[in-house]
Amino acid sequence: MLRLAPALVIALLTLPVAAGLVMVGLPAFGYLPVLGGEALSLAPWRELFSQPGLWRSAALSLASGLATPAVALGAVVLFLAAGQRGRLARAVHRLISPLLAVPHAALGFGLAFLIAPSGLAMRLLSPWLTGAKQPPDALIVNDPLGLSLMAGLVLKEIPFLLLMSLAALYQLRPEKHVETARSLGYAPTLGWLKTVLPVLYPLIRLPVYAVIAYASANVDMALILGPRLPPTLAVSILEWFNDPDLERRFMASAAAVLQLGVTLTALVIWWLGERIMARLLRGWLCAGSRQRGEATLRLVGRTLLPVAGLVALAALVGLALFSVAGFWRFPEALPQSITLDHWQRFTPMLGEALGSTAIIALAATLVATLLVLAVLENEHRRQLQPARSLWLLYLPLIVPQIAFLFGLVVAAESVGIGPQIGLVIAGHLLFVLPYVYLSLAEAYRRLDPRWLEIARSLGVSRNAAFVRVRLPLLAAPLATACAVGLAISIGQYLPTRLLGAGRVETVTTEAVALASGGNRRLISVWALVQALLPLLGFMLAAALPRFLTRRETRHGHH
Amino acid sequence: MNTTLAHTAAFALFAPRRLAAAIGLAALCSATLASTALASPDPNDWDAVLEQADGQTVYWNAWGGDSRTNRYIDWVDGRMQERFGVEVEHVKLEDTGSAVARVLAEKQAGNDDDGSVDLIWINGENFAAMRKHELLFGPFAESLPHFDLTHPADNPEVITDFTLPTEGFESPWGRAQITFYYDSRAASLAGQSEPPGSMAELLDWARENPGRFTYPRIPDFTGSTFLKQALIELTEQDDALYQPVSESDFAAVTAPLWDYLDALHPHLWREGRSFPESGPALRALMSDGELDLAFSFYPTDAAVAVREYQLPQSVRSYVLDGGTLGNVHFVAIPYNSPHKAGAMALANFLLSPVAQAKKQSLDYWGDRTVLDMARLSDEQQALFEAQGDNPALPPAGAFDKTLAEPHPSWMTALQDAWLERYGVN
Repeated sequence: MLRLAPALVIALLTLPVAAGLVMVGLPAFGYLPVLGGEALSLAPWRELFSQPGLWRSAALSLASGLATPAVALGAVVLFLAAGQRGRLARAVHRLISPLLAVPHAALGFGLAFLIAPSGLAMRLLSPWLTGAKQPPDALIVNDPLGLSLMAGLVLKEIPFLLLMSLAALYQLRPEKHVETARSLGYAPTLGWLKTVLPVLYPLIRLPVYAVIAYASANVDMALILGPRLPPTLAVSILEWFNDPDLERRFMASAAAVLQLGVTLTALVIWWLGERIMARLLRGWLCAGSRQRGEATLRLVGRTLLPVAGLVALAALVGLALFSVAGFWRFPEALPQSITLDHWQRFTPMLGEALGSTAIIALAATLVATLLVLAVLENEHRRQLQPARSLWLLYLPLIVPQIAFLFGLVVAAESVGIGPQIGLVIAGHLLFVLPYVYLSLAEAYRRLDPRWLEIARSLGVSRNAAFVRVRLPLLAAPLATACAVGLAISIGQYLPTRLLGAGRVETVTTEAVALASGGNRRLISVWALVQALLPLLGFMLAAALPRFLTRRETRHGHH
Repeated sequence: MNTTLAHTAAFALFAPRRLAAAIGLAALCSATLASTALASPDPNDWDAVLEQADGQTVYWNAWGGDSRTNRYIDWVDGRMQERFGVEVEHVKLEDTGSAVARVLAEKQAGNDDDGSVDLIWINGENFAAMRKHELLFGPFAESLPHFDLTHPADNPEVITDFTLPTEGFESPWGRAQITFYYDSRAASLAGQSEPPGSMAELLDWARENPGRFTYPRIPDFTGSTFLKQALIELTEQDDALYQPVSESDFAAVTAPLWDYLDALHPHLWREGRSFPESGPALRALMSDGELDLAFSFYPTDAAVAVREYQLPQSVRSYVLDGGTLGNVHFVAIPYNSPHKAGAMALANFLLSPVAQAKKQSLDYWGDRTVLDMARLSDEQQALFEAQGDNPALPPAGAFDKTLAEPHPSWMTALQDAWLERYGVN
C-alpha cells in the first residue's frame, strides 16, 4: 500500500491544479459557451494587451518576485553567518514563530499603518520633531515602484526562510565546518559563508522558489501595500474576475495565464542567477581571502534581520493599539481613550468562525502529515533516491492561486461536488501538503539510519520501529511541520472563499470581508485573532516534543 | 495503510451530487444535466410559498464590510427563524461581483438547480449583467405582499435600476445617495460659512487647500459614482446619459469631465498620483486626518463613524446644491437557487415596516427606507423613530433633490476612459 503513496500524493496535488488551469485556459482563448464563447479565438489576448499599464503591472509582479526573495534570503544568510551564540540570536529565534504565524494581510495592515504619513511612526515624532500638524502629503504606502509592498513581503518571508534554514542546518552541523575554516585562519562570518552556505543553499532552494512564486503573484499584501496606478498583475486579475461586466472573464482568464507566465519567468531568471552566482563565487571561494569584508558582513548580518524583526513587531504593536483605540487621529501619539468595544462586538461572531477554522486546519494538517510520512517512509524502506517527480508536489505553490482556483471551482461543480467543508479541506491540502513536506523531508532523510538498524536488530518490526523509534526522534521537526501546516491553512483566503462559496466561514474570510469596510479598529481585532491562532499552534509545537520526550525518557528508565 | 485511509477519509467528506457527471474535459466544459429541480414556487400563491419556505436555509450573499449591516442581517435571521422557520445564513462578500461569478461558474458547470446562492444584495451593473445572461429568477418582486407599501406609481425608482426596468427580478431594499462630509474644525473649512456646494466650488477649494480631498480609484463603485456625479453636473447633454452609451458621442459628452479632472487632479491628495482603494478607505483617510472633505454613498455613514470613534465630533454632512446621485439597492434571487421560497419570504420580510424601521434606526444601520411613508398607517409610521438632531447627519430636506443614475453602460465606458487617461502614473 505504501508503494502507492508517492503516486497518490502527486495525483492529489497535480490533478486539481491541472483541472483548474484547463478551465481557465479555455476561456483565455475565447471558449466559454455560457457567455457565448463558442469558438477559439485570440480576442481575449488582444483585449488584455490593450489594457493601459498592463506591462507595468507585469513588470511590478516580476520585480517583486525577484527582489523580495533576494533581500529576504540575503538577510537570513548573513544573519546565520554572523553567528548563532549571542543573546541577539536567541531573541531572534524566539521571534521567528510568532512572526511566521502572522498572516500576510495582518502584517500588511500593520506595516501600512506604521509607515504611512499619518501612521504610528509619524505620530510619535509629530509635531515636536517634524513640526507637522497635518500629515505630510507623501506617497509612501502604495508607492508606484512597489517598494512598500516588497518591504512587507520581505518582513513576512524572512521568518519562513529562517525557519527552513535552521531546520536544514540542524542536520548539517555547521559548527564543524566553521571550526575547520577557523583553524585555517578564516574569520568566522567568512568561514561560514564559504563552507556552510554552499551546502545549505541546495537544501533551502525549494522554499526560496516558493517565496518567489508567492511574491510574484500574491493578492493579500498587494491589495494593502501595493501600487495603485496600475496595481500588480494579480490584483488586476482579481478585479477583472469580479467585474460586473461578465465578458471581462475572457480577458481575466487570459491575464491569469499571463500571471503564470510571469511567475515562471521569475523562477527561470532566478535559476539563471543561481548559475551565474555559482560561477562568480567560485573564484571568491577558492581565492583564499580569509579576512576581507568580515567586519562589514558581520555588521550587516547582525543588524538587517533584527531590524526587520523590530519593524514587524512595531507593526503588530500598532494593530494592538488600534484594536482598543477610541478616537485617535494624527498627530496624537496615543488614542484619546481606550475601549473594549471593538473586541466585544466580535465575541459573538467569533465562535463559529473559530470552530470551522480549527476543524479545517487540523484536518488538512493531519491528512497532509500522514501522506507526507507515507511518502517518506516508502522512500526509506525501498531505499529510493528522492524521486525527481516529487518536484510536482510544489506545483500548487508555484502555479499562482489566482491562475487556477477560479477554474477549479468550475471543475468541482462539473463533477457535482458543491461547496462544502470537505472541499475546502481538500483545497487547503493543496497548499498545506507541500509546506509540510518542505518542513519535514530533509530531517526525515537525514535521520541517522543506525538508530533504526539497532531497533531492527533487537527484533522490532518495521512498523513498530517507525512508531517507536523514528517518530519520537523526529518529534521536533514533525511538530514544526504541523505548526507550519496549521499556519498555512489558517491564512488561506481564496481557496476557502471560492471552494466554500462563502458558506464556510473562517477567521480569515471574516477578516477579509471586514477589511473591505475599512474600519481599522475592527480589522485590527481580527488580524490579531488571526495571528494568535497559528501562534498557539507554534507554541504547542515547541512545548509538545519536550513534554513527550521527557515522558519517553522517564518511561525508558523503568 | 495510512495513506489510503487518509485518502478515503478526505473524499468521504464529499457528497457528490451527480455521480453520473461526465469525465472527459470536453464534457466538463459543457455538461448539461437533466434537471431534477423541484418546480419553482409560484410567487402568486403566497401561502404555498411560506409553506415551502418553512425549514429552508437561505444563503444570503451580501457585502460584509460593515459590522452594523452584518448585525442587522443577524437580527433579520433571528426574526425569520422565529416567524417563518427560515434560517438566514449571511455569506459575507468582499465584493458583490464574486457572488455573480459563483452563479456564472455554476451555470457553466451545468448546475441549474442546486446553486449555492439564494439571495444577492445587488443593483446597477451587477443586476444588468445577471439579467443579460439570464442568471436571475423572476418575476417575483411585485407578488410580494409588502411590495405595495413602496407604492411604485409615485416612486418609480423602486422599479428602475440604473434606468433599466427591474420587471420584478429584484425587490427594493434600501436607498443610498451621495453625501459629502467635512471636518468643520479643519483649517481649510473653519473660516468658511459653506463647504463647496458644486463641482466648480470644489475645484476652487481644492486649489486653495491642496491634498485635502480625493476620490476612490476607478473602477471602484464609489469612485465611479463620483465620476457620474461630476459628469451630470458638467455636461450639457444630460439626456444622453440615460440612453445606452453607444447611442451618443461619448467623447463630446464627456469632454467637460476630463477637462475638469485634468484641472482637479494636481490638487488632490498625493497630487492624484494614487487614490484610495474604496469608499471605506476614503473614510479611513478622513479618520487619520489626511483629508478634510470626503463623501460616501450612505448618508448616515459619517454619523455612524463618529459613534464608532472613526471620525471626530466636528464632522458635518451635506448634499451638493444641485442635488446628488441617488439610487435604490435591491435583493435578487439567482435562477438556480434551491431555496427560492425561503428567499422570497425573506425579501418580503425585508420590506415589512418593522424590518425597514429597524434598518433605518441609527442604532442598527441607518439605511433609508424604500417604503412610501405617506402610505403607512399611523402605527407603522410610529415604528420609524425620529433620527434626532445628530449634528453629523445631513440636514432635513437634504435629499429633496436626487439625481437619477445614468444607464449602466456609462459606468463601464467612464471607467475604461478614466483608466486610459489616469490609470498609469
